[in-house]
Amino acid sequence: MSNVGIVIVSHSPKVAEGAADMVRQMVGDTVPLAWAGGNPDGGLGTSVEAILGAIDRAWSDAGVAVMVDLGGAETNSEMAIELLSESRRDHVVVCNAPLVEGSVIAATEASGGSSLAEVKATAEELSA
Amino acid sequence: MADVLIEQLIGVAAQTVIRHADELTELDSAIGDADHGINMKRGAEAVLAELPKLKGKPMGEVLHASGVQLVMKVGGASGPLYGTLAMELGKALPASSTRADFAAALSQAIEAVKVRGKSDAGQKTMLDVLAPTDRAVAAGDAPPAIKARALAAAEATVPMKATRGRASFLGDRSIGHMDPGARSCALMIAAICDALGG
Repeated sequence: MSNVGIVIVSHSPKVAEGAADMVRQMVGDTVPLAWAGGNPDGGLGTSVEAILGAIDRAWSDAGVAVMVDLGGAETNSEMAIELLSESRRDHVVVCNAPLVEGSVIAATEASGGSSLAEVKATAEELSA
Repeated sequence: MADVLIEQLIGVAAQTVIRHADELTELDSAIGDADHGINMKRGAEAVLAELPKLKGKPMGEVLHASGVQLVMKVGGASGPLYGTLAMELGKALPASSTRADFAAALSQAIEAVKVRGKSDAGQKTMLDVLAPTDRAVAAGDAPPAIKARALAAAEATVPMKATRGRASFLGDRSIGHMDPGARSCALMIAAICDALGG
């Protein structure tokens, strides 16, 4: 698929899955989408391994925008991006935007074929 | 610092985190999300499980592999932060290193933690322990003095106001509590210094 992919990372698996449901309702299957929520034991937190898996599932040659909730989600997502292969690393960005609204608006932008930079900018307008 | 010691030093650091897990979680429940002890314990256990497989490997490789375990298993921001410290230390240390090599590598690793956390000393974080420890190591202090400096630095986070990390959400209410990351950092440094002796 040539549309930018979206990854949703939350401390809570329920929040991540719920936000992903809201994204699907808006854009259907036109955007590659995956979520990661919970620490390696399934409790509240985030997991670098799970984030890497989600980036892989939502992979698109147009790149992947990662939406995060709180501190650790951002730090773990940035760590995950650094662990990606060199060919993928530069095509994944973390967006500084509210998780739910940012995910929906980023996916909507992506569904129109926008570039990764455009998707990121649209999501981050919410924080401006 | 001989290669034979590195597993032992990582081991005592991991064990002290496990022993103090409840205390760290309690500190984190006051000004954070009450998971620092639980998270660090999960990471420390993963490191301890990995250590036997690293026997005889070069010091840099042992540190790097331990850092990867922390990154993968901790589940909070402290995973990438402590993981980066260990991985970068492993990367920066030459195979056979002098004390000066170690001091330089430590400074480099702490810089990487600052970048990873988008933070610096003065924000009520682990960096408030790492920065004075870095200076003590660079100054050539003996392990007991480095230990005392690290433990005092963690105590000195009590009156600070958090401006980074989950505690920063509390604003002024973060004042009066020790930062859990500063405490875990000081505990590990103290354990390592004890193992190194005087």
